[in-house]
Amino acid sequence: MARVRDNSNPDQPVINLENVCMQYERTESPALDKVSLRVEPGEFVFVVGDSGSGKSTLIKILLREEKATSGRVFVNGINVSKIRHGKIPRYRRNIGVVFQDFRLLKDRNVYENVAFAQRVISTPAGQIKKNVPSVLSLVGLAQKYKSKPSNLSGGEQQRVAVARALVNKPRLLLCDEPTGNLDPKTTWEIMYLLEEINNSGTTVLVVTHNREIVNAMQKRVVTMKKGVIVSDQRKGGYLDEDY
Amino acid sequence: MRIINSFFYSLGQGFKNIWRNKSFSLATIATIASCVFLFGLFYSVVLNFQNVVRQAQNSVAVTVFFDYGISDAEISAIGEAIKGRAEVSRREFVSAEEAWDTFRTENLGEYADTFGDDNPLEDDANYEIYLNDVSMQDSLVAYLEGVNGIREVRKSAIVANMLTSVNSLVGYVSMGIIFILFAVSIFLISNTVALGITVRSEEIGIMKLIGATDFVVRAPFVFEGMLLGLIGAGLPLVAVYFLYNRIVEYVTERFEILSSLLKFLPVEEIFLTLVPAALILGVGIGFLGSFTSTRKHLKV
Repeated sequence: MARVRDNSNPDQPVINLENVCMQYERTESPALDKVSLRVEPGEFVFVVGDSGSGKSTLIKILLREEKATSGRVFVNGINVSKIRHGKIPRYRRNIGVVFQDFRLLKDRNVYENVAFAQRVISTPAGQIKKNVPSVLSLVGLAQKYKSKPSNLSGGEQQRVAVARALVNKPRLLLCDEPTGNLDPKTTWEIMYLLEEINNSGTTVLVVTHNREIVNAMQKRVVTMKKGVIVSDQRKGGYLDEDY
Repeated sequence: MRIINSFFYSLGQGFKNIWRNKSFSLATIATIASCVFLFGLFYSVVLNFQNVVRQAQNSVAVTVFFDYGISDAEISAIGEAIKGRAEVSRREFVSAEEAWDTFRTENLGEYADTFGDDNPLEDDANYEIYLNDVSMQDSLVAYLEGVNGIREVRKSAIVANMLTSVNSLVGYVSMGIIFILFAVSIFLISNTVALGITVRSEEIGIMKLIGATDFVVRAPFVFEGMLLGLIGAGLPLVAVYFLYNRIVEYVTERFEILSSLLKFLPVEEIFLTLVPAALILGVGIGFLGSFTSTRKHLKV
């Protein structure tokens, strides 16, 4: 069977965008305008900006939900723009993704939600039985593996989403507003969890509006406005409104 | 091994999906069952009607009379030639004596004795020729009229033409109605399946974003559609089986006069073709409905 080759090596960037433009048919101004961004292995990056700044489009392009109008997009050494439709699933298996609304399968319990990510890549059943409890322990939900999402708090649901994103051991974890639906205490729990995951070697890119956590965590901060990267700080904070 | 695992996993998910989405599953089964039930009833009526027409056709015969003074050997030779024709299902020889006996008994009654030992039909030995298909009568008659030793060919043109027309009409009408039933079934069932899948479009989106291939996403839905089709087709078949027997029993008892005219086909004979047709209809539509409905959700 043809495979999407993971061309990654430890030294090459996990994400490398070169002059990427994205123009939707229904809008006049581009969602992304000549965006170039390089994220090295093991980095923790916040992408911040107002609504309509292009943050979500960036995530969609990285996940190959959308195809960039022009420019080059490399993720783990793979030229994302050139992946054919049939190869996209294999590409996505090397990326973990966490959404603001959790996007869990509501009719399946915690264990099944996480195991599903392994089943879709045909992981042997014995391996799934080892991996799922292990990753649930990592996110602190080992005791709740039988619970349905509707019986969990928002923070717990997001932990399940993180566990699902991590179970296939991706090199890159994309988080789109992961704390947008959570209270401050739970927000910090999730951010500590993401930091812990990053410390174990996974590259983490977090799109967020949350000024407090961005300022407090002192990570790399990429600021976007109207489809353009207006600032990229190594250990930065949330820029004031007048940037 | 992985393919086998995927197959059984998808099959298991198909079963679970049916249970998880009980209301849509019931709606789909009810739709398929209604369509297959109507199809089954109509199919039974059409087969029985065609059977009646076929029985009537089988009773239509062409009669040939021989030249005066023809020998028995020549009559036998003509009989063998007729027997070899493709149009002929069977032929019966009626001797002059048999012809006279029949006529005398049926028409003359007490006056029959006035003829004594005379046989006014001594030159009326004949073959009654029964056809495989009544529409072939014209070609057989054309052949018989050219055979040496035959002086007259009698045919029942009106009956033959009427039966041929009725048979064609029944054929066209039944094809038309079955086609309409089929189209309505496909429309209703694919809509019901599509609605069930649209409700779960979010689930499909999640599967795609975590790296599920189109096959992995689609397989449980397709299995689900086929299983619903199988159940939806199986239930009305059971109903049609019992209903048919009850109706035949009722009509035969209640309208005894009909029983000599109308011979109902045994339910086993109808089910010989109805079962595969209904299962193909149910499972096929379940497959097509779910396959096409998932397609539009896979472009994530």
